Amino acid sequence: MLLTRKAEFSASHICANPALSAEENLAIYGVNANPHGHGHNYVVEVTLEGTPDPVTGMVFDLRELKEIIHVEVVDPMDHRFLNREVPPFDKVVPTTENIATEIWKRLAARIATPNARLKNVRLYETADLYVDFDGADGK
Amino acid sequence: MQLTSRYRFAASHRLTTDALSPEENARLYGKCNNPHGHGHDYVLDVTVEGPIDQAGQIVNRDALNALVANQVLARVDHRDLNSEVPELAGRVTTTENLAYAVERMLTARWTLPAKLVRVRIAETARNTFELKI
Repeated sequence: MLLTRKAEFSASHICANPALSAEENLAIYGVNANPHGHGHNYVVEVTLEGTPDPVTGMVFDLRELKEIIHVEVVDPMDHRFLNREVPPFDKVVPTTENIATEIWKRLAARIATPNARLKNVRLYETADLYVDFDGADGK
Repeated sequence: MQLTSRYRFAASHRLTTDALSPEENARLYGKCNNPHGHGHDYVLDVTVEGPIDQAGQIVNRDALNALVANQVLARVDHRDLNSEVPELAGRVTTTENLAYAVERMLTARWTLPAKLVRVRIAETARNTFELKI
């Protein structure tokens, strides 16, 4: 059974590689390379796969899941400038792909139980663009 | 990793097939068989899959947007699907057939390193058609 919990955070970022020239960054990232930054209302959907515990009837304690998502993702990233305030984005370009990968890293270890595992991280940068990441199979 | 990007286009169409009589078409397609046609605000989701490159992306956004704009939106947006879209000539303009046509439009000029894995079209907020590629 799949279980999905949603959370939101708003953050600013710059998509540019400091090792490249301004022209090269513009060619790769377009308007997202604006050196002054810009922001998004990110929406993250965290999907777990598992079987309900025979006693509790739950795949995973939703209160605990909410707490984990807040401690690991929302609290550190909400209303922050990702490149300046949220490692590893001082060194890693905070593309939607890289943010989803980082969210997976932060959550996967904390969600593994005998009954449940992290199945997918879907990160919406806007309502019209999202990535899906299943870190378990590297896809 | 997969990335899904959403696009919109408005188009008119009429569901009808020469293989059936006017009465049979009317019975099969109902209001969608209206001889004067009708239209929808279609929502197209294009999903690509691939590894993250050195730029931290699986696909360049501007390149994907340009490909979809040139190959699909330029052909269907504010068009009549029955009379103006060669990729649908001879086919009933159901959203099923439209999804296959969009796949052909995209794959004909697919130059991106990421793989096209899904085309999903919502005809209305209540009807969605998904083609895995």
